[in-house]
Amino acid sequence: MAVVTYRDALNQALREEMQRDPDVFLMGEEVGVYQGAYKVSRGLLEEFGPMRVVDTPITELGFAGVGVGAAMVGLRPVIEFMTWNFALLAIDQLVNSAAKMRYMSAGQIGVPAVFRGPGGAALQLAAQHSQAFESFYAHIPGLKVVTPATPADAKGLLKSAIRDDDPVVFMEGEMLYNLKGEVPDGEHVVPLGRADVKRAGRDVTIVCHSKTVAVALKAAETLAKEEVDAEVLDLRTIRPLDTAALLESVAKTHRCVVAEEGWPFAGVGAQVVDTIQREAFDELDAPVLRVTGADVPMPYNKQLERAAKVDAPKVVAAARSVLYRD
Amino acid sequence: MTTKVVMEALSPTMEEGRLVEWKKGEGEPVAVGDVLAEVETDKAVMELVARTGGTLLKQVVPAGATVPVSELVALIGEPGESVDNGKPARAQEQGTQPAPGRNQPTSMPPAPEPSPRAASGSAGASGPAVKPTAGQAAPSTPAAAATPAGAAAGRIKASPLARRIAAERGIDLTAVSGSGPEGRVVLRDLEGAAAAETPAGGRSPAASAAPAAAPAAAAAPVAPRIVVPPSDGAPYTDVPLTQLRKTIARRLVQSIGPIPTFYLTTEVDMERAWDAREALKTLGDGPKVSFNDIILKAVASALRQHPACNAWWQDDRIRYWHEIHVSMAVAIEDGLITPVIRHTDRKSLREIAAEAQDLAARARSRRLTPEEYTGGTFSVSNLGMLDIDEFTAVINPPETGILAVGRIVDKPVAHDGQVALRRRMRLTMSCDHRVIDGATGAQFLKTLKAMLENPLVLVW
Repeated sequence: MAVVTYRDALNQALREEMQRDPDVFLMGEEVGVYQGAYKVSRGLLEEFGPMRVVDTPITELGFAGVGVGAAMVGLRPVIEFMTWNFALLAIDQLVNSAAKMRYMSAGQIGVPAVFRGPGGAALQLAAQHSQAFESFYAHIPGLKVVTPATPADAKGLLKSAIRDDDPVVFMEGEMLYNLKGEVPDGEHVVPLGRADVKRAGRDVTIVCHSKTVAVALKAAETLAKEEVDAEVLDLRTIRPLDTAALLESVAKTHRCVVAEEGWPFAGVGAQVVDTIQREAFDELDAPVLRVTGADVPMPYNKQLERAAKVDAPKVVAAARSVLYRD
Repeated sequence: MTTKVVMEALSPTMEEGRLVEWKKGEGEPVAVGDVLAEVETDKAVMELVARTGGTLLKQVVPAGATVPVSELVALIGEPGESVDNGKPARAQEQGTQPAPGRNQPTSMPPAPEPSPRAASGSAGASGPAVKPTAGQAAPSTPAAAATPAGAAAGRIKASPLARRIAAERGIDLTAVSGSGPEGRVVLRDLEGAAAAETPAGGRSPAASAAPAAAPAAAAAPVAPRIVVPPSDGAPYTDVPLTQLRKTIARRLVQSIGPIPTFYLTTEVDMERAWDAREALKTLGDGPKVSFNDIILKAVASALRQHPACNAWWQDDRIRYWHEIHVSMAVAIEDGLITPVIRHTDRKSLREIAAEAQDLAARARSRRLTPEEYTGGTFSVSNLGMLDIDEFTAVINPPETGILAVGRIVDKPVAHDGQVALRRRMRLTMSCDHRVIDGATGAQFLKTLKAMLENPLVLVW
């Protein structure tokens, strides 16, 4: 197994899928000549040419609409947003066109497109460029929402997303692109809708996705020193949510903390908690707690930004609470 | 969809109920409002009413079992629906569906306030304020059966997991102290309770699937107490505590301390007893008979007529002794001890006098064996020789009554329509209210007074 970065794992997935299927093409700002704002598309223009690696103007709504149209006539576009913050301009194409087309055409027209790019906060990019929008898109019936946390999952999930016959919102972590990890050699596909136990444990389940997976693993290390055996469950796909995996883990640990980068109100964690309290009520020994980003626009100030973000000590504190150890 | 039927709080103070009798059998159709079972609460026998229709799939607890409020007692569902070990695959608690009328609490009569006098103090001859009329006072509507106030009062805070495990293992949540916020019972509290219970009772989880099949075992752990029975195989009757008795015991202990004692005082005319003693003295062929000996004899005879006062408190039951062994308090250097006169009621005054003298002498020289000062069923303490008019004595547990005897003193009293000087003596009985109620103690004392005022009955 080769150790590669998250960015190169995504590059591998794009390259392999473009090699496998001539209908797959990449389109977005700076994806070609500049090889991607985050260098995810490095070498693709050279290999596949300008017909399949298309640079666009700074017109998110426009090229998202072109992508939806291309998908409707049978191509498999991968639309890159420089970040999901900019994709707010294109949300009408995702919500009103991509998500609705199969339903409104009575199943005749699908939209096998992938919309991808980095989401969440990096460092001091301030309020408008530090947002995690998973719950926005997960709210919409007709969209799938995928949030890989590791290089292996990034590759395997992107390949599944490209092969999926319905629109997939694929959210990468801006701070994850340099993350290195083992990626299985050869064909590596991770099915959508399956959560993954990143660390098995008995005492408390920490549900997480994307960047909070690393936070949860760090918290689990701290908890291990206190003889608390935490299970880290990476959702990987927000929608469809892997309810079975959630319930299986909670049935084992009886206590749960949900960590997410986004805001608390109507966030991903709210949906997770709802599922658990309904389906695993008799398994719960404590209320499920959530650790989220602060309910404010992301501060630019370095100290305030740190305070507003989810970190391991906050997750540890929540875990202690559900274990009645605080 | 299976609906769980849980033990409801049928009175404001109810924490558990004894399922007296099932009114619907397994497989029988059930309509909303049908009486499923009769339940003895802390106050009365009430009806547990179906809040959903269907078929009674399973009686989860047997008749006679005591079940904490909100624990599972039955399952209602579709005919033929499979029930796996009393745990349906998907079940809805019947309490989660609002009972008819629940949304209009103002239209209902206010829930009765738990009367503070329900079991306090010496209710006396007027009887207890709460009348446990069996089969009566069953609420006519389901709404009245479960008032919100009652539900709140009987609610035990426990995590859903703790509740489920407790039900599976037959652990009484009321006996578990919760370590979570606001006393919430959580899993770790239960682990302690389960561990304490399993080795003691040797109950496997499977055997305890019916939660309160053994109410005694499921009740609060009995404090270890070494009890030496009066004699080998001495006969007695153990009576399990009724819900009423349990409530009285619990509330009185909260009020007054571990032994909720009340006191009854009466004054006895001792003229005839005096004459009897003078007559016995003239016989001159045996031990000198004291007034205390006469009182011991009278107490034993009165206990024979009032076995309710010849009892021990045993935490989960009351032990009514069939034999009467009266303890007598003897002051010794730096303390006191209570030697026991065995079978006091069967002994003659002469035997009692001889035995009392011997026991008192050996008590003072500290030569009593443990068997001689344990196992009493009632006590007598006399400070008359020290010129005390009257006093209250402290109960010697597990006994539940003690008689405090004052001095005999000449007093002007009304006698035969005239004021006359009479020899009078005051008796004060301390009663453990968990066992002896006001009227019970008073009746015993009335008999005792009558015997002392006419000592001839002692030889009858």
